[in-house]
Amino acid sequence: MIAEIGNFCLVLAFMLSVAQAGVVLAGWRIRGLERFSEGLSLAAALAIIGAFAMLITAFVQSDFSVLNVYQHSHTDKPLLYKITGSWGSHEGSMLLWCLILLVYGAFITLRGGGLSDGLKHKALGVQGLLGAAFTGFTLFSSNPLWRLAEDPNRIWALEKAPLQGLSLNPALQDPGLAFHPPMLYLGYVGFSVVFSFAVAALIEGRLDRAWARWIRPWVLIAWSFLTAGITLGAFWAYYELGWGGWWAWDPVENASFMPWLAATALLHSAIVMEKRDALKAWTVFLGLLAFTFSMLGAFLVRSGLLTSVHAFAVDPQRGILLLTILLVTAGAGFALFALRAPELKPGGLFAPISREAALVANNLLLSAALCSVFLGTLYPILMQAVFNKTMSVGEPYYLAVFGPIMIAAFALIPISALMAWKRADLKAIVQRLGIAFGVASLAAAVGLLLYRGATWWAEAQYLAGLLVGFWLIFGSLKLLWDRAEGKLRRLKGLPLATWGMLLAHIGLGVFVLGAVVETHAKLGATQVMAVGDSLTAGRYQMHFNETFAEMGSNYDAQGGVFSITEQGRAVCDARPQWRYYSASRSSQSEVWLCFTPLSDLYVVMAQPQTLADGRAAWSVRFFYNPWVRLIFFGPLLMAIGGLVSLADRRLRLGVPVKGKKPKSSTEKVEA
Amino acid sequence: MIRGLLAALCLLLAATSALADPVKDEARAEALFREVRCIQCQSESIADSHAPIAADMRRQIREDIAAGKDDNQIREELRARYTDYVLFRPRFALSNLLLWSLPPLIVLLGAGLLFWLNKRSKISRSYDLTPEENEKLREIMKSDD
Repeated sequence: MIAEIGNFCLVLAFMLSVAQAGVVLAGWRIRGLERFSEGLSLAAALAIIGAFAMLITAFVQSDFSVLNVYQHSHTDKPLLYKITGSWGSHEGSMLLWCLILLVYGAFITLRGGGLSDGLKHKALGVQGLLGAAFTGFTLFSSNPLWRLAEDPNRIWALEKAPLQGLSLNPALQDPGLAFHPPMLYLGYVGFSVVFSFAVAALIEGRLDRAWARWIRPWVLIAWSFLTAGITLGAFWAYYELGWGGWWAWDPVENASFMPWLAATALLHSAIVMEKRDALKAWTVFLGLLAFTFSMLGAFLVRSGLLTSVHAFAVDPQRGILLLTILLVTAGAGFALFALRAPELKPGGLFAPISREAALVANNLLLSAALCSVFLGTLYPILMQAVFNKTMSVGEPYYLAVFGPIMIAAFALIPISALMAWKRADLKAIVQRLGIAFGVASLAAAVGLLLYRGATWWAEAQYLAGLLVGFWLIFGSLKLLWDRAEGKLRRLKGLPLATWGMLLAHIGLGVFVLGAVVETHAKLGATQVMAVGDSLTAGRYQMHFNETFAEMGSNYDAQGGVFSITEQGRAVCDARPQWRYYSASRSSQSEVWLCFTPLSDLYVVMAQPQTLADGRAAWSVRFFYNPWVRLIFFGPLLMAIGGLVSLADRRLRLGVPVKGKKPKSSTEKVEA
Repeated sequence: MIRGLLAALCLLLAATSALADPVKDEARAEALFREVRCIQCQSESIADSHAPIAADMRRQIREDIAAGKDDNQIREELRARYTDYVLFRPRFALSNLLLWSLPPLIVLLGAGLLFWLNKRSKISRSYDLTPEENEKLREIMKSDD
């Protein structure tokens, strides 16, 4: 019954989305009909919530007559992983995508009080089209609520429901699955609202400062969630996959990073449009681009084109369907843009040295960075498809091409944050920032003294990285100091948007410091070890004391106790495990982290083997990851900065622009 | 005399570079590991991978370094054996022209375009206000106070 109710809800959500788009289209001929899109968006959201609740119920009840539950669950799995398993597969995650898409759609209605009716209903129409496309895709080709007998491929069409499921990939059995995908999707899909507003505004032919103000909260919400989602994903990969790293320039990681870069550019260009009525066409273009890259990511992960630890194994047919959705929606959006953009009147003028110009430079650099990630991700796929040649693009390419572009963008930040609109005085800014640059240089120089690189080139990179990181932090603090005019109580009067910006920029600096120090000063060693063996990495020594066994609810673990010393002084005991999950007949290493506020000692044991003398041994890896915490803490600061900025009263939806009430509402009344 | 000194200096340099410095060698090996793809894994470098083949490739590279081969020699040998797929650093080849040059070109062309637009707008429009506009501005400023 549960699956049938869920399916009914999903069909309902699909029909309501179609109707939501339909009434807006019909509203062209029959006036007033488009008004129903508001109610329909709320109903569609309720329906998809129902469908999702039913999927979770099926997972919690371990209803193995449902194909998706059979494939991804097991009665022995802890409750948390039964629930999170409902979005651990391609089908379930598509339903999560639809859930978030339709709920965002409902929020256009709920929070759209201050919008003009024309814009609101057109945006709801576009959102309805997107909703129909994605719920339709889920319903007809990737339905997580199918019974075994309904499996279109008939592979799993068993006569009777099995008594036990196949269980979830052990790597996914982690609290990370509870937070990372929902956060990430709240980010990805949040850009659908911006996309809808962009298309709606292009149809209306009216793009003004009010529009930029309306989309800003949506961009901020989606951007903050995406930032947090990517960070959580990086942290999860760091402690779960046992490789000691946090970012591999893996195609799927890039797929999440591309919308982030586009959205970061959008966040900044929207400020220019809101404050100065400039960069209109460019801002709308980015608004279309952000969700296009979200959809591209959804397609790439599910296309079967990529080899990646994060990709879903999916047959190419569904990939083609997703690609069609992507090409049709994005194609229509950009075609509309090409038709309408030339009509947009250029707005406020600005001098080459001004806040606007600095933000344009920021956008240019971010676009080039986005281009490098895009090329790096798609080039191997294209080379394979067109020339049948295999190739790889990885870290060395990004360090060489993406790195310098971003360093230039980072270096600009403190300067542009101090610039005045229209025309700025560069000399005065240089004078004001001199002290921040001095302090940053001093800190970077001290950092260099504590580090011995293998080559002068490594030391130069390390120094440049530290300098940029400290520059971001001290430059932002100097701005704060100037705004407060040196008085603490004046800090309270600063607008939340300013606090948000400062937090985000400081967070970026914190991240840069962490990334630079972790990459350059990391220590590591790999060794096959049996009990009694020792391993040395730099000033650390690790001794394998003993083994232990542990029984989890759905796994058997063998573990090792390792005592770590730093130049003879005991630091901590590490207890990593090697787990065997009998339900899925697969193994997974469980990393042990010796936590300190800034740095990690990281121990992982894998690949059990028997030595020639009959002793049991493991391939053991040890890492000292200095300042690694900053890599995850920095982006969280950025996400918090985004949310703080969102809380600024001036940005709340429904608050009319001071002295500039949108004219369209009065026009409508007169008409 | 000077020639002799130079020759001695060259000899000394050659000797120091030939003398294996274990710390430098290990750093070189680690840097190379990050560039080499574990060919049986899912987009992992051999520095990151637990797979036995990654361990074999790491051992091979360490031996190559100990044998005195330079980084490019090691890369070329890997490429000859496993094709371009094994290296995370794409070659500077004509087929990769777009990959390497487009991002910096965007920065350069974008900057050029902005510069040109700025120049053009300066010619066609001036920031200076007309006397009437100045009058209007004064009135607005007054009414704001």
